Amino acid sequence: MKLVTAIIKPFTLDDVKAALEQLGVLGMTVSEVQGYGRQKGHTEVYRGAEYSVDFVPKIRVEVLTDDPDKVVGAIADAARTGKIGDGKVWVTPVETVLRVRTGERGTDAI
Amino acid sequence: MNTGDTAWVLVSAALVMLMTPGLAFFYGGMVRAKSVLNMLMMSFIALAVVTVLWVLYGYSLAFGDDVGGGLVGGGEFAGLKGLVGGLFGAAPSDPAQPWTGHQIPHLVFVVFQLMFAVITAALISGAIADRAKFWAWTLFIAVWVTIVYFPVAHWVFDFDGATGVDFVGGWIANKLGALDFAGGTAVHINAGAAGLALALVLGKRKGWPREPMRPHNLPFVILGAGLLWFGWYGFNAGSALVAGDLAGVAFITTTAATAAAVLGWLVVEQVRDGRPTTLGAASGAVAGLVAITPACGYVSPLGALAIGLVAGGLCALAVGLKYKLGFDDSLDVVGVHLVGGLVGTLMIGLFATTSVNAAGKDGLFYGGGLGLLGKQAVAAFAVLGYSFVLTLVIGFLIQKTIGFRVSADAERAGIDEAEHAESAYEFSGLRGGGSSLGRSADVLAGKIAAGAGKEG
Repeated sequence: MKLVTAIIKPFTLDDVKAALEQLGVLGMTVSEVQGYGRQKGHTEVYRGAEYSVDFVPKIRVEVLTDDPDKVVGAIADAARTGKIGDGKVWVTPVETVLRVRTGERGTDAI
Repeated sequence: MNTGDTAWVLVSAALVMLMTPGLAFFYGGMVRAKSVLNMLMMSFIALAVVTVLWVLYGYSLAFGDDVGGGLVGGGEFAGLKGLVGGLFGAAPSDPAQPWTGHQIPHLVFVVFQLMFAVITAALISGAIADRAKFWAWTLFIAVWVTIVYFPVAHWVFDFDGATGVDFVGGWIANKLGALDFAGGTAVHINAGAAGLALALVLGKRKGWPREPMRPHNLPFVILGAGLLWFGWYGFNAGSALVAGDLAGVAFITTTAATAAAVLGWLVVEQVRDGRPTTLGAASGAVAGLVAITPACGYVSPLGALAIGLVAGGLCALAVGLKYKLGFDDSLDVVGVHLVGGLVGTLMIGLFATTSVNAAGKDGLFYGGGLGLLGKQAVAAFAVLGYSFVLTLVIGFLIQKTIGFRVSADAERAGIDEAEHAESAYEFSGLRGGGSSLGRSADVLAGKIAAGAGKEG
């Protein structure tokens, strides 16, 4: 079992969600986050004073899956604009998963 | 009594009252989320404190019969006693004629002028955003209006003959003969100079100017500027004290100057920063309103356009001065109100024309020579100097006695929590300092501990 974590541009979330649904992914967790990579931030000006805003708003998508390659591919295809700041996707191993309601464990709990 | 004039001045008083909450939003949007409530309160408390003092003795000090030298009014109107049924206004130009009054009730003038005193005190608060103890600020307002605003209002707004043929007013309005229609000196230069002095007394905010202190809610700023603009018609056109030609002149000049100032500010931003900003548009509007305030009843609509354009452009440049000179006038009370007030007050010396107001004077561009400009400068710098020096003294005395500034920890955590035990935004756990979840859990825990004891 793997956890796929993706940091994507906020406006690509709908496409990413649709692509994952097509794969048969049954659930995901989405959070609003801020950060920067190569894209860096931007500059804002208030009454002539420049402020550099380093952290850019992004969406973090988390998906538990037994088939991480397909999920990573689907997210990457849906989130790609080709411009700087498209984000990252990474996969981490998961030791166990428990469904709180039923007590099921492992793949059954996804 | 003229019921038309009375109705207009009553409405104007209500319009000017609305400027103070408007100012609260104008300022409140510009501070960070963790200090917006304190910023709103600094304006709101002025409505309470100044009103009480105005009834007790403020109106009398400002608009009582002069006690000597045109410096301050006497005590005959303390408690507003005996004013019901009295009329307020200018005496006839021919002293032989019986005095008939201006045809508005005295108490209507009292409440109209009250609103000016309130907003002048509130204006100062922008210079010391995020860091003043609430009760210290409240005490400051009480002392400041008593020894600075009330006398200066007397100098500028109290005319000879106002409530009787023998009535003597203030020195700027009568002896000097400088022109200030609605308060460029008494309100804006006064508040601007006081703001500069207080910013120096309290010192910079922690982290300024290294840390970004971005406005947290620019829609509030635009909302506030819009309310200020709206209320300003009462301020300026209401100062005509008649529902007639002069109010019309002040109304159109106020609008024209404000419009030109918005454009002036935005053009400076486009050239300097590459973008016209929302904050710039709101600031430009206020700069134009400030500058036209002293001039609105004395200049033509074209003169108003010139004053607005200069004020918008110059104030847009002036707000950068604090970074060069190193004083933390947080919301640019100096750059907008002091500079804008000076622009308007001095440009009267150029653009004043008796063609719009026979009671006015001709400035340099209308064949009046340099005399008026000189008088305007004397009035402007007299108010500037008086306000700056006395505010420094009041500020230092409060700082040395009860303390003016909140602790460094309180400032870091946010003055809303430290001074008011509130936070503005329930959803802003990170920025406001402390989530709602954590707080309600604490309250619950406290109740349980005090009551039935710990369960489980």
